[in-house]
Amino acid sequence: MSDRFKIAVVGAGPGGLSAATHAAELGVSHVLLEQSAAPANTIQRFQKRKHVMAEPGVLPLRSPLAFGPARREDVLAAWTDGLAKHRVNVRYNATVTQISGTRPAIVITLASGEQIFAENVVFAIGVQGNPRQLGIPGQELPCVQYQLDDPDQYRDESVIVVGVGDAGLENALGLQDHNRVTLLNTGTEFDRAKEGNRNAVLKAIESGVMNCYYSSTAVAIELANAQELAHAPYVFVIDTASGRTRLPVNRIIARIGAIAPSKFVESCGIVFPSGDPAGLPALSSQYESNVQGLYVIGALGGYPLIKQALNQGYEVVEYILGRKIEPADHPLFVEKFRKLPFQQSVDVTLALMQQRVPLYRDLNTLMFRELTLGSEVHTPQAGALIFSKNDYTNSFYVIVQGSVEIELGDDDKYRLTLGAGEFFGEMSLLSGRRRSGTVYAGADCVLLESPRREINKLLASVATVKRVLDQQFVARAIRAAFAPDASQEDLQPIADCAQLQRFKADEALFNEGDVADTLHLVRSGSVAISRFVAGREVVTSYLAAGNYVGEMGLMGGTRRSATVKATVPTETVCLDAASFAQLLERNPRLRDSVQNTARKRIAANVDMQSQPQAGDLISFLLRQGLGEATDVLLIDETLCVGCDNCERACADTHQGTSRLDREAGPTFAHVHVPTSCRHCENPHCMKDCPPDAIRRAPNGEVFIGDNCIGCGNCERNCPYGVIHMAAKPPEQPGLLARLLFGAANTAAVVSKDEIKKAVKCDMCSGQAGGPACVRACPTGAAIRVSPEKFVEFVSRTARSS
Amino acid sequence: MHESLLAYRQKRFLWIAAALVLASVIAYTMQSNAEPPNGGSWLGYTLGGIGAALILWLMALGLRKRSYRSTLGNLQGWVSAHVYLGLALLIIVTLHTGFQFGWNVHTLAYVLMCVVIGSGVVGVVLYLRYPSELSANRASLTREQLTEQLAELDARSLRVTSRMPSEYHDLAQSVRDRTRLGDGVVALLRGTDRSQVLMPNAAGGGASVVMNSDQRAVIGFLSDRLSRSTEGAQTQALTELMSLVTARRSVLAQLRRDAQLKAWLQIWLYVHVPVTFGLFAALIAHVLSVFLYW
Repeated sequence: MSDRFKIAVVGAGPGGLSAATHAAELGVSHVLLEQSAAPANTIQRFQKRKHVMAEPGVLPLRSPLAFGPARREDVLAAWTDGLAKHRVNVRYNATVTQISGTRPAIVITLASGEQIFAENVVFAIGVQGNPRQLGIPGQELPCVQYQLDDPDQYRDESVIVVGVGDAGLENALGLQDHNRVTLLNTGTEFDRAKEGNRNAVLKAIESGVMNCYYSSTAVAIELANAQELAHAPYVFVIDTASGRTRLPVNRIIARIGAIAPSKFVESCGIVFPSGDPAGLPALSSQYESNVQGLYVIGALGGYPLIKQALNQGYEVVEYILGRKIEPADHPLFVEKFRKLPFQQSVDVTLALMQQRVPLYRDLNTLMFRELTLGSEVHTPQAGALIFSKNDYTNSFYVIVQGSVEIELGDDDKYRLTLGAGEFFGEMSLLSGRRRSGTVYAGADCVLLESPRREINKLLASVATVKRVLDQQFVARAIRAAFAPDASQEDLQPIADCAQLQRFKADEALFNEGDVADTLHLVRSGSVAISRFVAGREVVTSYLAAGNYVGEMGLMGGTRRSATVKATVPTETVCLDAASFAQLLERNPRLRDSVQNTARKRIAANVDMQSQPQAGDLISFLLRQGLGEATDVLLIDETLCVGCDNCERACADTHQGTSRLDREAGPTFAHVHVPTSCRHCENPHCMKDCPPDAIRRAPNGEVFIGDNCIGCGNCERNCPYGVIHMAAKPPEQPGLLARLLFGAANTAAVVSKDEIKKAVKCDMCSGQAGGPACVRACPTGAAIRVSPEKFVEFVSRTARSS
Repeated sequence: MHESLLAYRQKRFLWIAAALVLASVIAYTMQSNAEPPNGGSWLGYTLGGIGAALILWLMALGLRKRSYRSTLGNLQGWVSAHVYLGLALLIIVTLHTGFQFGWNVHTLAYVLMCVVIGSGVVGVVLYLRYPSELSANRASLTREQLTEQLAELDARSLRVTSRMPSEYHDLAQSVRDRTRLGDGVVALLRGTDRSQVLMPNAAGGGASVVMNSDQRAVIGFLSDRLSRSTEGAQTQALTELMSLVTARRSVLAQLRRDAQLKAWLQIWLYVHVPVTFGLFAALIAHVLSVFLYW
């Protein structure tokens, strides 16, 4: 076969397999290059018999390869059959190191030095990247591996694990029972790992089960000499703080991170417009990048699901051959646009919508198409409610046509109108806080509502969207807090002077004694206010996002009377003294209102300072993540009799699996924080959910939808350990059957083949009467607290204890 | 929020129960003196009816507790009402008896009711007193964490003694193996430690099993050896072992106290609930016999 192909596909994941198989089916000359030894490397590494989901269910499949929800083994078998049937030209163990040139003369260089020529190249390499190599002599020896599939496979070996991130520590812990495990740590701490892994490893080291070399680096791997052969076949040479050491070893597992594939893609000339490695490359509606002849499909192009990748593999081949086909999602758009008052073709409607919204003008058509697919089109009646003030929803709206009325203010309500092309909902989207106003539809209104994840993807990829959104946010936040009656234009100069500032957890916004020159509007996250009393830092208060802080010093033009620190990563809108003076001048009532707030805060501070234990309790609760919580379950241990009725109630109302662990979790001053969802303002669990199954409902609960694919990302991302993977247990016998006939509680018996999905607290949404855990507490020990009630709760608890 | 079940909603159910009792007492004292107070008078039937209805309602708590989807009030309110109305029941039914007692099924029902109420009072007292102690004793740790600590201390003791003469290693093993936790209901409730240890005999040769409550035997043995140790390494190892055993003693005490408190928080229910069913049976017999042999 000639080494010149019409299409070269890089990466034999779902996208690449589908593209190559479709090319084979059409008789197009092609090659599929895969660096590992088998197709679908990521799915191969899934745990045995894992159920692979086929989300999104509404999207039709369009690929020569069969795919549907099935077990890992069945999916892989179907694909292997497809490859054989269509005689796909696959080259395994072919690592691509460089790609240069444009259509029709692209040169692909392999690690072996061999060159392959192709007219078009399809990148389907996913986002996982390649493991970083040790980079030392001897690393090619067979004792080195970069992953560990099944720790139980190894017995009685000397294993050295290089790398002290979570991957390394988890491997070491998995191996320690049956092997002699040594860790190689280039530093002196394990601070990059999760607390659970860190503690387990430190314990293993302390008890002598595991060995660890600190401040040490790998030098070389050699074959053992005659004497050393008695211990193990290889020797790992390392430099330690006290000199060079030779360690006999059977196996070396290197878990030292991955090289992001975006770097490789960039080296081929493909541009990532945002400059952010987490961003997406610029692609045409036919998946072509800025380099002619280079196409990107699958997760790397922003489509993380298997079915999307399979479809794109098919489509990209069609596009390369110059055929005009409607994308697989075409019927979905037809359905979505049916409600619209104007009837045009899908492409024309999309173009029209994009053109009407200035915010989205810089998006490429593919991005806008994807955004719209993930969004909902609304055509509400005039006067219809879009969302209410204090709802917890966090979706984002643009007005495609018509207008909306926004009602703001607490006591003095006022309304403003937004017209076509404008947007709203960004306050809650960015801050994770409740809606700050109520929105009603105007006449002939067409809205595009995008879920948080779609917008976040956009913010990470398109710089202009982020800039425009931030500018608007600052202006609106200032207006809402200080000048409700001002117009947008009036405030623009002040908003332009304002700065967005970011603070890491525990970083100070300002310190006691600093010169007071700025005021902060907390936009996301939260802050704790503390003072030094008798040489000791005492937390006196806590402010959630949406409040301002620093007004006392600014009004008096003096020095800071307290230290303000971010409790979690926090963003503030920072106003300087001159801007604030302008605001005060504009609005004579503002001075009164700010002074009033200051007075209340002084009184509250005095109150808290007279109860030092209250400050300690706040500090404790903030450490438990309450700084980012919107609703947290607390248990008063002076009342809790340990009957576990809360857990039983939770299990009973949630398919037999309790989402809370009462006993686990820390306690301070008799306030116990059980392991249970805090419903964070910016939930960590939502960060990386492929099917976007984790959502926030209007009343605040963060819940997992039925389209969960069971990948476990949320379980890993939750810093509070409140999400776990559970299978749906069989039906429980009824209460009477259990009481009278002693029917067995079958909840514990779960079939191994059952699909595991993520479960977490949903605050009993859809159940009358609110959370079952609280309602089922016989002694009133369990309560739920939101940040608004937080300081009040602490003050009362401290007084009563 | 965070108010005890007695204080629930400004003691709403205390006032309701008190009103019920007051009304019953007034009615009882106001009845005509034509015939002696009796369960068979109109007032007797009324009080008996109220009492029977109360008993059925009080028993319904067991069902309500398990109906996790019920929106019929919250469980704390039910328990608060259960306590106050349960106490009121004692007075109402006592008035219903007209103070006529005897060796019959009627008095049996009454006695069983008193046992149920008495055990309930014990339960309330335990529920109010023990949670704070339970929390203070565990000092922010879970039972699981304490058990892990114990296992960890034992593992360290074995490692320390692996470098010492074998009698120490055997001792450490025996200390671990003969530790007894939750050893029978009585020991559990009293919090007694019936741990033992296989101790080397002082007069050379062999070993014998002795009681090791609160690790006293082994601490005594180690301090004896420590006082006579002259070798540096040996002294150091003994000191380390001693501190491990001391730590072990306090963890064990915590675990034992935890189990004891939890046992007390549950044990009363083993009287309260079964006797309730006995009461229910006796109540049916009482009602049937009254109406059949009228």
